[in-house]
Amino acid sequence: MAKITFHGVGIKALSACVPPEVVYNKDLGYLIPEEEIEKTINNIGIVERRIAAPDVMASDLCYKAAQQLMADNDIAPESIDVLLFMSQTADYRIPATSCLLQHRLGLPRETMCFDISLGCSGYLFALSTAFAYASIEGINRVLLLDGETFSKIVNRRDKVDWPLYGDAGTATLIEKGNYGDSTFLLYTDGSGEDTLKIHAGMRNPITPESCVERECEDGNIRSDLEVFMDGMDVFNFAISKVPKSIKQLLKETQKTVDDVDYLVFHQANRFMMDFLVKKLKMEPDRVPYCIHKYGNTSSASVPLTISSELCGKLDGDHTMLMSGFGAGLSWGSVLLSMHDCKVSPVIEY
Amino acid sequence: MDLNQFIENFADLFEETDPDTIKATTQFKDIEEWSSLVALSVIAMVDEEYDVEFRGDDIRNSNTIEDLYNIVSSRIE
Repeated sequence: MAKITFHGVGIKALSACVPPEVVYNKDLGYLIPEEEIEKTINNIGIVERRIAAPDVMASDLCYKAAQQLMADNDIAPESIDVLLFMSQTADYRIPATSCLLQHRLGLPRETMCFDISLGCSGYLFALSTAFAYASIEGINRVLLLDGETFSKIVNRRDKVDWPLYGDAGTATLIEKGNYGDSTFLLYTDGSGEDTLKIHAGMRNPITPESCVERECEDGNIRSDLEVFMDGMDVFNFAISKVPKSIKQLLKETQKTVDDVDYLVFHQANRFMMDFLVKKLKMEPDRVPYCIHKYGNTSSASVPLTISSELCGKLDGDHTMLMSGFGAGLSWGSVLLSMHDCKVSPVIEY
Repeated sequence: MDLNQFIENFADLFEETDPDTIKATTQFKDIEEWSSLVALSVIAMVDEEYDVEFRGDDIRNSNTIEDLYNIVSSRIE
């Protein structure tokens, strides 16, 4: 467990962008028996999702979100010292997408840029990195771009994954300021590497066979270049690790759930989140959801939920708890001191 | 840990299936209403009622409700 506390650093502004194309889960009759569709939608809580066009990448959605954030808050490009791009659907394997975004956003050459790669827990880890850099002398502002286009790496005939995932890009501006303490608890268990995985890569080199779609467990179709998820193991992982880690975070910070104004979960699926909320005895009205309209957008889901559900609600001081969990296995939470966070509404591109 | 109570907890997870048709020897994957979503609710029930972790393989490798019960009871101590 890594416990990290920051002081005098916080989130100044946040924005999000989704593609305009809506995919409805009620239209999944080709994948799920018609009589089970309604039950599935109620259970996972996902009515519709946004899917990026073939020529729109996570970086494009992040670029639009960043432009919006900079325009809404009068942020000069030259004031950004560090740019982080957190994604598992980067533009290229080389170079890092953050470099392309530096140029596209007109940030100065003095900007330090690098990519971070993690699954659904990624925002928490990337945010802790952003806070760490923003705490350093000589660095004032860090722009964290977190975006995913899982529609490009999930097979449409995989009934475990396809009904869940949507695409989104987000931007978060972190800077020095009059902020109270923020404490992160971050965890990793690589023994669960097979729970959520894309098989082909360097260890299993990509060949023409990697692209071939095959019938896998329970009739699901996918190639070795597409995401596999063991839904039962992920569920067990989340319900056994996440509540404990949140309780630990509250204990370490000497807070209770009643001190938390908003608890923003990674939007995995509704059934899982409801179970976590119940286990934590958290009042549901302090747990915002946007999964019904955007699905599971992997690591982008935490900032997307804030942009979608908390726009205009974060003026003044608030205590926010965020929690993410996913492939790795990797999970973490943060108790954030928020102060006048400017949230832009979700835009489309 | 009581087998009958476990069967009752298991039967509660179904909406349409008559609880009286669910016995210790029932092959649970043959229940018409069984689905991957019900499997998740079994994992949730075992966590909530017995504070036991259930992995996907525990469900995949089990056939009857008694098989599930035996795994849970072996992990309680």
